[in-house]
Amino acid sequence: MTITAAPKPNLWTRLAHPGQFVALTRTWLWPLTIITVAVFGIGLWFALFNSPQDYQMGDTVRIMYIHVPTAWLSQFVYGVMTVSALGTLVWRHPMADVSMKAAAPLGAAFTALALFTGSLWGRPTWGTFWEWDGRMTSTLVLLLIYLGIVALWRAFDEPLRAARVVAVFTLVGAINIPIVKFSVDWWSTLHQPASVFTTSGPHMPPSILTPLLVMAIAFTLLFLTLHLKAMHTEIARRRLMALERQAAQAGAAA
Amino acid sequence: MIDLGPHAVFIIAAYSGVTLVVAALIGWTLLDARRIAGKTTALEARGIRRRSAK
Repeated sequence: MTITAAPKPNLWTRLAHPGQFVALTRTWLWPLTIITVAVFGIGLWFALFNSPQDYQMGDTVRIMYIHVPTAWLSQFVYGVMTVSALGTLVWRHPMADVSMKAAAPLGAAFTALALFTGSLWGRPTWGTFWEWDGRMTSTLVLLLIYLGIVALWRAFDEPLRAARVVAVFTLVGAINIPIVKFSVDWWSTLHQPASVFTTSGPHMPPSILTPLLVMAIAFTLLFLTLHLKAMHTEIARRRLMALERQAAQAGAAA
Repeated sequence: MIDLGPHAVFIIAAYSGVTLVVAALIGWTLLDARRIAGKTTALEARGIRRRSAK
């Protein structure tokens, strides 16, 4: 087999090289940013100007258009981290732990926003900012798990040493995701059951479902854009650490 | 802006909070990238190179 006859590496293998990953995905950032801004514009127009009051909630239904997407994202981001953790431990893909590290602060922020917006919706609707019911408590636990993961990354000087420990912690914490999801079915909770993804389809009219889904897509695009940028920064950070180590060695040798 | 009803303050507070946090996330992501790029440029200006780049 000659060099010209050698098989071309597939995309997954090429993405494993940090430099190749950045080179291949750098061009995605501006298109993603523009699409994110556009979808947010459409979503906010629907949410604030082109959707009716809810027959029960009145105008506070508009909080749902930011609460539900951030809540969905809090679970979706943990799903991304769980897959990345498997990528680290099982496939040893070099970009997997970069993905895990970049996603954690974003997931924590979205979870905090879900709790914040949920509280502001709960006060006029239920008469309380907070109850220790299944959904709210498990989402608070999810926030604490995210913050623990962020702290764990910072506890290690060397990111590659941290990666396996954080991956195991992430996989253990993943048990909380089905608990958050099914808490409204398993326990008698104040938080209402699912009304979008049910076996009989969405339980809301298109006039309410449309802004909800558009805002959900907008927030997901926001996460993907920020996640990609943060991954590029993490790769640059590790390269910087290698350069600083070399500078220190050069300084010590001099 | 349409009339936000009797609970307008909660709606405005929710959207304001989300806007602030999202703006902070975007700002932090961009600032972090800029900081790392600046430090890397400074080191490379001193002649420090990766072993693979030599």
